[in-house]
Amino acid sequence: MRVSMTVNGKAVSGEVEPRTLLVEFLRNQLGLTGTHVGCDTSQCGCCVVHVDGVSVKSCTMLAVQADGASVTTIEGLAQGGKLHPLQQAFHEHHGLQCGFCTPGMIMSAADLLQRNPDPTEHEVREWLEGNLCRCTGYHNIVKAILAAAQTMRGMAKAAE
Amino acid sequence: MVDKGIGARVPRKEDLRFITGRGRYTDDINQPGQVYAVFVRSPHAHARIKRIDKGPALAMPGVLAVLDGQDVAADGLGNLICGWLVKSKDGSPMKMGKHPLLAQEKVRYVGDRVAVVVAETREQAKDAAEALVVEYEELPAVVDLAHAHDAPALVHDEIPNNLCYDWELGDKAAVDAAFAKAHHVTKMELVNNRLVPNAMEPRAAIGHYDPGQDAYTLYLTSQNPHVHRLVISAFIGIAPEHKLRVVAPDVGGGFGSKIFIYGEECVVLWASKKVGGRPVKWVAERSESFLTDAHGRDHVTTAELALDKDGNFLALRVNTKANLGGYMSTFSSCIPTYLYATLLAGQYKTPAIYCDVQAYYTNTAPVDAYRGAGRPEASFLLETLVDQAAIEMGMDPAEIRRKNFIPKTAFPYQTPVALVYDTGDYEACLDEALRLVDYAGFPARRAESERRGKLRGIGISCYIEACGIAPSAVVGSLGAGVGLWESAKVRFTHTGKVQVLTGTHTHGQGHETTFSQLVAEKLGVPYEDVEVIHGDTEKTPVGMGTYGSRSLAVGGEAIVKACDKIIAKGKKIAAHLLEASEADIEFKDGKFTVAGTDKSKTIGEVVFAAYVPHNYPPGLEPGMEEGAFFDPPNFTFPAGTYVCEVEVDPQTGEVDIVKFVAVDDFGNVVNPLIVEGQVHGGLVQGIGQALLEGVRYDEGGQLLTGSYMDYCMPRADDVPSFEVHTSRGTACTSNSLGVKGCGEAGAIGAPAAVINAIRNAIGVRVEMPATPERVWRAIQASPLAKAAE
Repeated sequence: MRVSMTVNGKAVSGEVEPRTLLVEFLRNQLGLTGTHVGCDTSQCGCCVVHVDGVSVKSCTMLAVQADGASVTTIEGLAQGGKLHPLQQAFHEHHGLQCGFCTPGMIMSAADLLQRNPDPTEHEVREWLEGNLCRCTGYHNIVKAILAAAQTMRGMAKAAE
Repeated sequence: MVDKGIGARVPRKEDLRFITGRGRYTDDINQPGQVYAVFVRSPHAHARIKRIDKGPALAMPGVLAVLDGQDVAADGLGNLICGWLVKSKDGSPMKMGKHPLLAQEKVRYVGDRVAVVVAETREQAKDAAEALVVEYEELPAVVDLAHAHDAPALVHDEIPNNLCYDWELGDKAAVDAAFAKAHHVTKMELVNNRLVPNAMEPRAAIGHYDPGQDAYTLYLTSQNPHVHRLVISAFIGIAPEHKLRVVAPDVGGGFGSKIFIYGEECVVLWASKKVGGRPVKWVAERSESFLTDAHGRDHVTTAELALDKDGNFLALRVNTKANLGGYMSTFSSCIPTYLYATLLAGQYKTPAIYCDVQAYYTNTAPVDAYRGAGRPEASFLLETLVDQAAIEMGMDPAEIRRKNFIPKTAFPYQTPVALVYDTGDYEACLDEALRLVDYAGFPARRAESERRGKLRGIGISCYIEACGIAPSAVVGSLGAGVGLWESAKVRFTHTGKVQVLTGTHTHGQGHETTFSQLVAEKLGVPYEDVEVIHGDTEKTPVGMGTYGSRSLAVGGEAIVKACDKIIAKGKKIAAHLLEASEADIEFKDGKFTVAGTDKSKTIGEVVFAAYVPHNYPPGLEPGMEEGAFFDPPNFTFPAGTYVCEVEVDPQTGEVDIVKFVAVDDFGNVVNPLIVEGQVHGGLVQGIGQALLEGVRYDEGGQLLTGSYMDYCMPRADDVPSFEVHTSRGTACTSNSLGVKGCGEAGAIGAPAAVINAIRNAIGVRVEMPATPERVWRAIQASPLAKAAE
């Protein structure tokens, strides 16, 4: 089956089996290996991408379901050579160790901050329920997301 | 002081690739002509393989090979090994059951490797694996550790009572004598729950045989690529060591589970030759990780503490049954022995200690090192036992500990269980932790919780750890099959840039940053000019890898030694260039100076002279590249105090951690940002063990906790933010850096703090994991509940 979609702003298409998952299409056919697979039950969140602006576990969506959609992966988050505030904050606050859960964490957090630009620590922790990390104990991930939220609010204010 | 040198909170240089999706993990690598392996696994815990019919699988589209245990035997491949020989009390060696790459005759746990299917695509391999016909004769399974000794079934037919070894440590007579005159004995039965390590990246491997070179390359998820190369070459016999390159690229977490040499990684390497040298890739699905990654912990223990009337510890007696699973794993023998019983002194001056350990085979996944490896089990036992003793003696849990601490004036301190602690100040950590948690204010906080219908508790845990297992000669005398030194090479280029090649491996620990800071400090070069290279046996010197919090204390010190050689050679060159005596040259902040003058050469100028030796000391070799190996004189001994405060909802049994303070003595700290991150991660693994995680097999040996739907991993909303302090350090004397290691502390110290806090809240001890159901049931049975009725 042929699928066509926009990935990180670029039109792409390819032949897939009906059972091909979106994450398999991204990783194996487009070579976008930043999106990871950490489980087989849709729990870990290593594979989170945005489909039409909304965070989605790409291991739980068929490639054909994304036909015609606009997909953003971790590779597409930095704009114009400048890191996204979340990427910058994860770096500054040591919000990652082995890095395997990181793309999913950042993509998930990006969706949180577009829904709720000023979350409490509790709200951040609740939102991350679908993203597992075994290295950081979440402490610095939460800190990074709260810091990025502050930066982004500042940017939004400056743009007004 | 160098910018971004030792002690600086430098954000990590490795982050950029990970936050932009450009990490390079094994599954991100694809090679021309690559084909895919899928393993056929045993659905039974214990069965005889009666027949394998490869025909239907071989007939499936795209299938290139189907290989089983008979093919392994026909090619004369060796068995997987356990690299540490433990001897029983009677001097007999441990009984090691054969562990073939693919099962031969019998399968011994659900998930045991029966065959591998190699096909053009992963989907084809999966479909063909479904088609493979395997007939089994089911056998009764041994699952329950407590009854493995008398079980009707034998995991390995030739090993009676499923007993691998019956080992002891300590002076039994002295302990018995102390118990005989004790004023009080505190006795406990405890279970240390079995855990699945769960690195977020599942294991993966790409094996490639190149017929042109007659050489092999293995990409895999490893914490120690040189150890993989050694075992695959020397014991499995797939390729000679000089013809085998092992590469561990970015690795997504290890926690011990990627130390070991498993069958799958060996099989894909072997299979590549079988399919004409096409690269063969295997990536575990998470369900395979649950079934087959070496699990951790799994002890059943009886522990007794003898005390005098003032609460002084007189003796400790421990009996532990340890689960090995269906086979011995690479280091499984030493975990419940030398990395466990040797830690039973903890932070205390208990004069007599005796521990014996029976290790049993069961029809479950192999058990080996998982973050802390033996030390969390020891610490949990001791710290819950001491707490129980305090309750029984009517003493404050902080004070009974303080009373029995090894005083800071007593170091170096010989424990009754083999170790010599070099430095420590346990009271300083305890005091700081009690201050930070506001121990004195706890009764008021408890009363406030009570007004809201909640039960509040506080729990203390004073852990000790032994990191950087060494020296080689000593561990060798205890049965280790390898040396436990570490290696480094420091290489300058013409232009003054530095490459650091290390035998350790980073899979989240941030070596690229920490080691760069180290070299920047030692050589006075900009941090940005240092590149750390690791994980490729073709590039780095032979090294033993990363586990047991050894990388900085052992590997970092090897780097320091290589830097020292660079400086020594640089002094010769500088003396020549400056027309001075070598003895008069001083090196500081990247400059060689003639003492007492302003005549100097920068390290860059000296390095350039070494590579362009036009004006150069006669007889001195050109170039600036030095290597070093470091075999430490002793373990390092990080220690600290953790205090946990919980609030329990008596209606639901739910435990909420409201406060958690960690005060650690890691000696000197190179990068506090990274060290704190290591503690956070360890704490959550410890809290996971205490509250959430636990492997369950049913009576027939089926894994009930085989996915993230059934095995409860700590999530962000299960845990609090932490107060972590590492400022109360006593410098380690076993390395020049004074560092001790920080990777496992959290996982070692946290479980007892949590469990003690729950006991303090509800009045009874709850086994781990203290799930809401267990806590609720315990509350119903507790004296507090009875009193309320």
